[in-house]
Amino acid sequence: MSRAIDKLPKGWSGLTSDFSSDQKAFKGISWGKAMMWIFILSDAFIFSCFLISYLTGRASTTAPWPDASIVFGLEVFGTSVPLLLIAIMTFILISSSGTMAIAVKYGYEKNRKLCAIFLLLTALCGAAFVGMQAFEWTKLIFHEGVSPWNNPFGAVQFGSFFFMITGFHGTHVTVGVIFLLIMARKTWRGDFDTGRRGYFTTMKSDYLAIEIMGLYWHFVDLVWVFIFAFFYLW
Amino acid sequence: MAQYKNKKVKTHKIGIYLWIWGLLFVFSFFSYMVDYLNFEGSLRWTLIVLFMLSKAALIVAVFMHLFWERYAIVNVLLWPMTLMLLFVWIMVAESEYTLLTRLFYFILGG
Repeated sequence: MSRAIDKLPKGWSGLTSDFSSDQKAFKGISWGKAMMWIFILSDAFIFSCFLISYLTGRASTTAPWPDASIVFGLEVFGTSVPLLLIAIMTFILISSSGTMAIAVKYGYEKNRKLCAIFLLLTALCGAAFVGMQAFEWTKLIFHEGVSPWNNPFGAVQFGSFFFMITGFHGTHVTVGVIFLLIMARKTWRGDFDTGRRGYFTTMKSDYLAIEIMGLYWHFVDLVWVFIFAFFYLW
Repeated sequence: MAQYKNKKVKTHKIGIYLWIWGLLFVFSFFSYMVDYLNFEGSLRWTLIVLFMLSKAALIVAVFMHLFWERYAIVNVLLWPMTLMLLFVWIMVAESEYTLLTRLFYFILGG
């Protein structure tokens, strides 16, 4: 069976024909997915505001900026390894993105059990990430005395940027974990196969919801790529 | 969303996701090595940005399936993001002027 979308023009002529066509510009994707993309774009604007304020704040302060690889170093068996905790957190979040991509694949194939299992794995990785971030915050606040208005390692702005940016990102991860758990439960129960209505929306849902969830989760990972580069490595 | 019911969807083999997962690990390891081996100056910054953009591109293109979407949504998403990065670059360039002004007035006393 050939689908109607395969008959549309592709590439740049597809772009113009899509935008000049009737009813909807974004062919082949549902309104839910289009709205998640628009949300991601607006969220990216917020994070880019943080990035700009951090980079300009860091570049224009006259006090020396603390060396992140020392501040975030960990002692392992008596030797200090720079940025160890952050590296582990990075690898865990990337792994959660990998399991999420596989969950989305099984969602496409309507494979109920494997989809739910990989969603659960993703949620576990996300929870581990938030846990390690909580550990990092505790270490900085209570043992090293870093706060939004104080920083023993150098420039005071370091504290406020750090807690604002990683806090906002950590909130995204936490919200994502909660939704992943809800989605894993719905998938495992077979809501997308039986057409059971959602508690809040009272609407029937589809495995498409997994794909939309996946977009959000990959975006959270994407933001961490930028935070890792600009905040921890720069 | 009714049109998505009972639709045969072409899916990708699991291998492509595992490959991208592996590549993301490799790039992250490399960018960690940039810090571990204490690269300095523009070599450090170039490498960090290079690995960062490679990782971002892989995530957006493959994991978020943007590579397989139609140009309409791809262009609507990627142009604003490009402009955003440009804006970041402009503001960072501006901050050096702020630093010079501060050094001039705070330290040299005007």
